[in-house]
Amino acid sequence: MSSLSSLNKKLFRDLWRMKGQALAIILVVACGVATYVMSISTYDSLETTRTGFNREYRFADIFASLKRAPESLTARLSEIPGIERIETRVVAPVTVDIEGFEDPVTGLVSSLPDRGEPLLNNLYLRSGRFLEPGRDNEVLLNEAFAKSHKIKPGESITITVNGRQQQLLVVGIALSPEHIFQISPTAFYPDFKRYGVMWMNRSAISTAYNMEGAFNDVVISLSGERSEEEVLERLDLILEPYGSRGGYGREYQLSHRYLTEELKGLQKMATVYPVIFLGVAAFLLNVVMTRMISTEREQIAILKAFGYDNLEVGYLYFKLVLIISAIGLAIGIYAGVWLGENLSNLYMEFYRFPYLNYVLRPSVVIISCLISLLAAISGTLLAVRRAVKLSPAVAMRPEPPVSYRATFIERLGLQSFISQPGRMILRHLERRPVKSLMTVVGIAFGCAIMVMGTCFGDAIDYMIDVEFNISRHDDLIVSFIEPTSGSALNELKSLEGVFHAEPFRSVPVKLVNGHKSYRTTLEGTSNENRLSTLLDQDLKKIELPPEGIVLTEHLGKLLGVRPGDRLTIEVLEGERPIKEAQVAALVKQFVGVSAYMEIDALARFMREGSAISGVRLTFDPTYRADIYSRLKDMPRVAGSLAREDALQNFNNAMAEQIYIFIFFIISLATIIAFGVVYNSARIALAERQRELGSLRVLGYTRGEVSYILLGELAILTLLAIPLGFIIGRGLAKYIIDSMQTELYRIPLVIESDTYALSALVVLIAAVISGIIVREKLDHLDLVEVLKTKE
Amino acid sequence: MKESLLKENTATAKTAIFEVRGLTKVYGMGEVEVHALRGVDMDLYEGELVVLLGPSGSGKSTLLNIIGGLDGPSSGTVTYMSKNLTLATDRELTEYRRRHVGFVFQFYNLIPSLTAKENVSIVTEIAENPMDPADALAIVGLSERKDHFPAQLSGGEQQRVAIARAIAKNPSVLLCDEPTGALDSETGIVVLEALDRVNRELGTTTALITHNMDIASMADRVIHLKAGHISEVLINSEKLSPGELVW
Repeated sequence: MSSLSSLNKKLFRDLWRMKGQALAIILVVACGVATYVMSISTYDSLETTRTGFNREYRFADIFASLKRAPESLTARLSEIPGIERIETRVVAPVTVDIEGFEDPVTGLVSSLPDRGEPLLNNLYLRSGRFLEPGRDNEVLLNEAFAKSHKIKPGESITITVNGRQQQLLVVGIALSPEHIFQISPTAFYPDFKRYGVMWMNRSAISTAYNMEGAFNDVVISLSGERSEEEVLERLDLILEPYGSRGGYGREYQLSHRYLTEELKGLQKMATVYPVIFLGVAAFLLNVVMTRMISTEREQIAILKAFGYDNLEVGYLYFKLVLIISAIGLAIGIYAGVWLGENLSNLYMEFYRFPYLNYVLRPSVVIISCLISLLAAISGTLLAVRRAVKLSPAVAMRPEPPVSYRATFIERLGLQSFISQPGRMILRHLERRPVKSLMTVVGIAFGCAIMVMGTCFGDAIDYMIDVEFNISRHDDLIVSFIEPTSGSALNELKSLEGVFHAEPFRSVPVKLVNGHKSYRTTLEGTSNENRLSTLLDQDLKKIELPPEGIVLTEHLGKLLGVRPGDRLTIEVLEGERPIKEAQVAALVKQFVGVSAYMEIDALARFMREGSAISGVRLTFDPTYRADIYSRLKDMPRVAGSLAREDALQNFNNAMAEQIYIFIFFIISLATIIAFGVVYNSARIALAERQRELGSLRVLGYTRGEVSYILLGELAILTLLAIPLGFIIGRGLAKYIIDSMQTELYRIPLVIESDTYALSALVVLIAAVISGIIVREKLDHLDLVEVLKTKE
Repeated sequence: MKESLLKENTATAKTAIFEVRGLTKVYGMGEVEVHALRGVDMDLYEGELVVLLGPSGSGKSTLLNIIGGLDGPSSGTVTYMSKNLTLATDRELTEYRRRHVGFVFQFYNLIPSLTAKENVSIVTEIAENPMDPADALAIVGLSERKDHFPAQLSGGEQQRVAIARAIAKNPSVLLCDEPTGALDSETGIVVLEALDRVNRELGTTTALITHNMDIASMADRVIHLKAGHISEVLINSEKLSPGELVW
């Protein structure tokens, strides 16, 4: 006797016979598992890498900047209980000249101790070497900045500190946990070309910035003995007289916060997509197994007639599903790890991590197994139960011919318009409404996943349209190093080629509502401004009230306030005034979380005259180079950002991040769409083979018989597509709702192109499946069909 | 009718292994009720070959299915070796079929993905005291064809595989539902010869359903069914061998 029992032989031969269908299910399961493994492992890897990098390179816990304090203050600061390490620094805003790059470039030079490693925020050296002690003309560049200008160690750059130009030799390219996400404090998204972080020896930058014997920045790590709040309270108390804007913890550190938000978005995508994919896989497995088992009801009856019990029969089919899922699972895990490694590497480059620890937690693999198993069991259990529930005598009889009747359309009296095969199609569909519905829902899910995956492109286009075309009309935003008098506006207005200029004031604030607070910028702007408008839900312009504050919708949500509620504004610069204000309106913005106020009201609140932080302007493009070069000569100008560059930055920052993910999702969605449609077609064929064979015997041509089967598939597919649109929209909404972050809110926008593409993929899948089924129909063995009983 | 049956009982003086009493079966077919059996009393004796004869719709298949534990009656009892099958649970019926009953169906019902020998093994693997599948195939004269798949066998051959499958577990009773119904007479006779041989050589009690009067000549007893009743029971004083049958 051979080692395999006959039942197992049957199992393997059945599996081989249904290999096409099995392959489709295997692929769907594999896609579900792969998405899950890919997404979660990518997220885990990035999070682990970040945590590891932060720990290894001693990322500080607390940050504070101030105007100027004597070095002797360090001793007092070190006595604050709860501090583990403390390091004072000199941080200087600079402008940078890069040969061959016209646009104004700004940057930040941060000091490194003259000797030895920094106590905190240590650097990872990517290339070149560290600074030599005592060399005041050496600089290290942040990798993102250096790469965007293709600067290599050995080249030099020119910076302007405090109005004085200085040529520096780039000795190394480095990465810091403090600037993984290199972004200017005034920007919403990173601009690696126009903003760069650099490091110089403490003595060198102190001399250049007039900070000898003093510091203007301090970073602290906590020992854990005291809470962050306690330490911050003591710190602020000591630093307040020295012009501190108040210390803040990691969660407000710009790079850290942005990265956290980005990873949060990734994590949400990473959880929601796989759930949907695996759900579809389970559904499909369920449909296919139900159908397959029902076509085998005679065989089940025979096995039972010979004394196999329900458990043995059930186990047989369960094993079949188990094998299919196990193969799918294995492929899925393998593909998921491969994709995960690649995706992680892409993200590593995108986020500028120094290295990547690819992490595949065992729990991810175990959960994949459990979910697939659950899908397999739930898919099989019901079907097998239904099959074994029948007494063998009943199961062995052909299924009682379900009473066909004239269809709805025929009852309407339209039968004369429908051919006999057409009537067969309709009656068949109507006879088994649940089965037809399941097929429709299955195909609809294939379509829905395509819609859900593709719609992000539309959403991003829409965001760009609203942010860069509807609400912004300027060509350039110029910002000043410090609040400046209104004369600066006139200076800019008088530049040749400038059409129009509008001032704005932006102030760092902490908004407080009860125990909820948020640090952001409060922008003062005027209702007369044309270059930048605030929009409501319906993209209508919002008028700023004479008093009161307008918040970005998401900020309102974070603070838990609605129009009419009051909140406290604590200004973090100048005289640091505090006042209560009413929330006048919430404004629709997809990017950032800002607050707005009427510019005069803000000036009164700040107790200042006509101070401005920057200017928005439009200009004649032919004067672009001139205007840029004039701006470089203005010492007060901190930076400027053209709208087109901002758009580019936006694309680089978020669009790319999402596109990377979406690319994978769409590939997998296509496979799922094919898997669902192909399976539906094959099942339809298996179920109706005999009936169609009989028709062939009666003299129907191949074409006519195919028409009956494929016509049915066509009708189901056409019904499924609109349903898929609806489900897809629902899924997209679910994902998008769960992806709201402080960095950006993706709107739910689905253009007709997306629907068309999704429908097209499903239709192509249907046509290909139809061709395969047609091929099988053409080779139907008519004699065999008649030999076996119905 | 009961009396005549009892008379047969004493006449043959054999042990009854099945006792069927007052059996009815009503199917609900949508809005119509179909009375398949309307009170059947019948015994089957050890080692005999009984033919159940009747037109289609007379209830023969229903009767056979209930005896075989594939279906339950609406009322009445079936006793097998003093065990009441009508009270048996699903599990007990499974056990009963597994140990005691061999089935042969009109349309063979072989598992298409298994070879002839494997189709027999599928039963011997779960039986308590089976014969070698090769021996079972030898009895029905198919030793040469044991590695063929059902699709590669003729109808008669498929049916003989089905018989081999049914007898391979050494069942106490062999129930055959129109075993020649789908075959031409020549092939049918080969199949019947296989059944006759099993009955003679192994002594397996065999109940055979047919609507073909001519086949009745090979039986020990012929039970006529008509519209759910037993209308007549005949004893063949002179059994014909299948080879002598003509139809």
